Order: sequence, then C-alpha cells, then structure tokens
Amino acid sequence: MAVKHPKTSVVTKNISSEIVIDVKNLSKKFGKFEAVKNISFQVKRGQIFAFLGPNGAGKSTTIKMLTTLLDPTSGSLSVDGLDVVKNQAAVRNIFGIVFQDPSLDDELTALENMHFHGAMYGVDKSTRKTRTEYLLKYVDLWDRRNDLVKTFSGGMKRRLEIARGLLHHPQILYLDEPTLGLDPQTRNNMWEHIKKLNETEKMTVFFTTHYMEEAQRVADIVAVIDHGKILTIGTPKQLMTETKTDNLEAAFLKLTGTKLRVEEAASGMRQMARMWGRR
Amino acid sequence: MIGSLGQPILFLVAFGFGFGSIYAKAGGGNYIDFLAPGIICMSVLFTAMFGGIELIWDRQFGFLKETLVAPISRLTIMIGRTLGGATVAALQGVVIFLITLCIGFRPTNWWLLPIALVGTLLIALIFTALGTAIASKLDDMQAFPIVMNFLIMPTFFLSGALFPLDGAPKVLQWIANINPLAYGVDLVRGSLTGAWHYGFGLSLLVLVLVTIASISLGSYLFTKIRL
Repeated sequence: MAVKHPKTSVVTKNISSEIVIDVKNLSKKFGKFEAVKNISFQVKRGQIFAFLGPNGAGKSTTIKMLTTLLDPTSGSLSVDGLDVVKNQAAVRNIFGIVFQDPSLDDELTALENMHFHGAMYGVDKSTRKTRTEYLLKYVDLWDRRNDLVKTFSGGMKRRLEIARGLLHHPQILYLDEPTLGLDPQTRNNMWEHIKKLNETEKMTVFFTTHYMEEAQRVADIVAVIDHGKILTIGTPKQLMTETKTDNLEAAFLKLTGTKLRVEEAASGMRQMARMWGRR
Repeated sequence: MIGSLGQPILFLVAFGFGFGSIYAKAGGGNYIDFLAPGIICMSVLFTAMFGGIELIWDRQFGFLKETLVAPISRLTIMIGRTLGGATVAALQGVVIFLITLCIGFRPTNWWLLPIALVGTLLIALIFTALGTAIASKLDDMQAFPIVMNFLIMPTFFLSGALFPLDGAPKVLQWIANINPLAYGVDLVRGSLTGAWHYGFGLSLLVLVLVTIASISLGSYLFTKIRL
C-alpha cells in the first residue's frame, strides 16, 4: 500500500514492522566445509528482499534451509513466528517458491500442473478453480491453459511457475534467480507482475539474482552474502552510499571483489540439459 | 511407450523363431511358449527400473523439487511415485502379452491369467522401488550405464526368462535363487503355461516379501534425499 507523505508528497511503501522471516545465528556445515557462517537477518512483511552474492557464497544453501529442504547445523530460523525445523508442514503452507531450474511436469498441461499443486497443498476444488483462472489470467497464460508445458518457452514456464507458486495464497514468495535466461521484455513483465502482487496482496518477496540493475530497481532491502557471511544489509541507496558508487552492481563488486568464483557442482547436468534441449 | 516395445519384440521374434527349432529338437517343446512369459517380465523389469531411475533427472530438472517443498510427507510421495511407475510397467507387460498372442502364444489356462497379472504387478513394484532406491543415492546420470550393465542386464539374463532353470548348471541356478525376477518369471510362466520351477507358493511368497523389503528400502532412502 503506497503512502504519500503529506508535506513532501514523496510516495513510500507502507511496510509493516511485522517480522515475517527471522534468521538468527544460522550456520550450515557440510562435513568440514562451512557453507553458511553464523548469519542473521530479518525480513519484514511486505518487503521485497534481495539476497545477493557471488557463486558459492551460500545463497542457495540459505534458501534451502528457509524452504525446509535442508536442516541447519545451528541457529534459529522462524517464518511467521513458526520454527522452520519443528513445523515443516505448517511452514511449507506459508511460502511458495520458484526454483532456478524448472520444476514443472512437462507432460502435463498448464491447467493440470496448477491442479496438481492445488491437490498437494490441500486447496479445495472451488477455490482452486477460481484462483487458477485468476492467476493464469494474471500471468497471461489463460489462453494456453490446455497446452502441454513442454510447448512453452522459458519465459512462459517461469510465469506458470509463479502462478503455481501463488495458488495456495502464500505469504512469502521465494524466487531463486527468477529472470535468468529471459529476454528483457519478459523480465520486465515478470517484475511488473511481482510488484503488483507485492503491492496489492502485501506479499513478501525474497529473491536471489545476478541481475543487479533489477535488484536495484525493485528491492526494498538488499543483503549481500559472501563466503557464508553477510557483508551488509540495507536499501540499495544505502549500499551505494556506503561504497561510494552510483549503481548496485558497482557497489556489489566493491563489496565482494572482482576475483572469479567457482560455479556450483550442478553445472555439469545443466550443460547436459542444454545439449539435449530440455531447458 | 511405443519405442520401448521395440526391444522386447525384437528378443521375442529373434530368439523365439531363431532358437525355436533347436529347442524343440532338444525336447523342450515350443520355445515361443516358453519365451513369451520371460519377455513379458523383461519389459516390466526395464520399464520399472527406468521409471525409478528417472528420479535422478527429476531431482535437478523436474517435478521432484515441487513435491519436496509441498506440505506432504516424503513417504506419501514415494508411494505415489512407486505406484505410478509400477502401473506403467505392468501395463507395458500387458501390451507385450497381447503382442505375444499375435505371434501365436496361447496360455494353457485362461483362468490363471489374474495370477500372471499379480506376478507382473509385484515385479513392477519391486523394481520401481529398487530403481527409486538407487536413484536416491545417485547425483547424476553418469552412474546410469553402470546400473544398466551390472544390475539390470544380469537380473534379466540370469532369471530363467530366456532358458529353463531346470537343467541349468548349478551356479546359474544358485544365482537365480537369489534373483527376485526369477520368482516373478516363474509365477508368470507357471500360470500362463503350467511350467513351474519354484512352484506357485514359493514364488508368490518370495515376491511378496521382496516387494515389502524393496518398498521399505526405497522409502527410507527417498526420505534421506537432500537436494
């Protein structure tokens, strides 16, 4: 909900002070390797929160812990007041997620994918039908609802995943590199949809990306993580002031350095997928 | 589905008609009658294991992630996948059965057909669950050819699907004794042609026990998956 300042007429978002994601001293060790080292941060309801970091910084590991796919080694994670480790099922109902790699069933239609999601999340039939229509129209896929997903372009698949992730009316939407590989029009279109949802439904958005200019444009708060530690948290403007730069990408490079990083291990399979055209 | 019919049909036709006359000369009777149940089990085995192994691909690029973040238990997902995969594999077996009818195979007792179906279903369940169990431990597709050559092929070839276990060398018989597929083949072949090796009771018992064991193993390993 936008609020206009009475004196200056500057329009700012009315973000509640309610904390919806609370991370305290979170750590994750894989054997000897410490992927996430004692990080803490808070996300307020209705915020668009960007989680930035170079490859191998610990972003994916953090998101996996937030989405119950991994258990933390130590520290506490709470979502909407619930301990994530102790209340897995309840927490899973609170969030929706769009993964970096597609997680749709290619052999089903768009409508069937939505149906399946609704069944797994226990959305009752009539709600599911009305909301599916609403969401598919929202992302401009209603006309293609009976087409098999394997006929969809990358951008269409991503839009469908967003529509699907929202079917159970989550309070938080996690997006892991949501615009990776999409053309500028689709990227712009996607963020328009997400921002609209954020404004009208007060939905909290937590995303990771390498497209810094997007983060700069849409994020309320940015956290930068590197080598498993949080380097800084603030608005894009604060980060730019802090690093004496005029855009978020320069600020990011100043904070994390310009040395090249090792890409994650999954890249082997991704290359295979690209070769066989499944991506 | 059509593509995966190729191999079983090829085996059926090439071996069936190829070895047919020699087999009959050796006193074995009609080879096609002997072979058909074996080929049915072959298609069920392959389809079931591939279905289970598909999990590896699904982990990275498919639907699995979506199911893992949903508020349903891992066990439910595992059972759902296994039943789904097993159904497809069993259906494949039925299709092959219909094809064997086309080339002249006739069951000796049509009333025993349901028993053959049960055998097919149990094989399908066992190997879908095993495929899932293996895939739960693997991270990428590179191990797949190894599984193919050192697990699926030996299981098929040393199960009595292609040759009778009755007169076979002791070593082959011992290996077949610990091969679940051998009991599956026996159940299907026994009910369709009356040629039993282990017998109805033993085959059924072993199959049921192995089904329970493999589903348990598959479920356990599946719940341990970490993306």
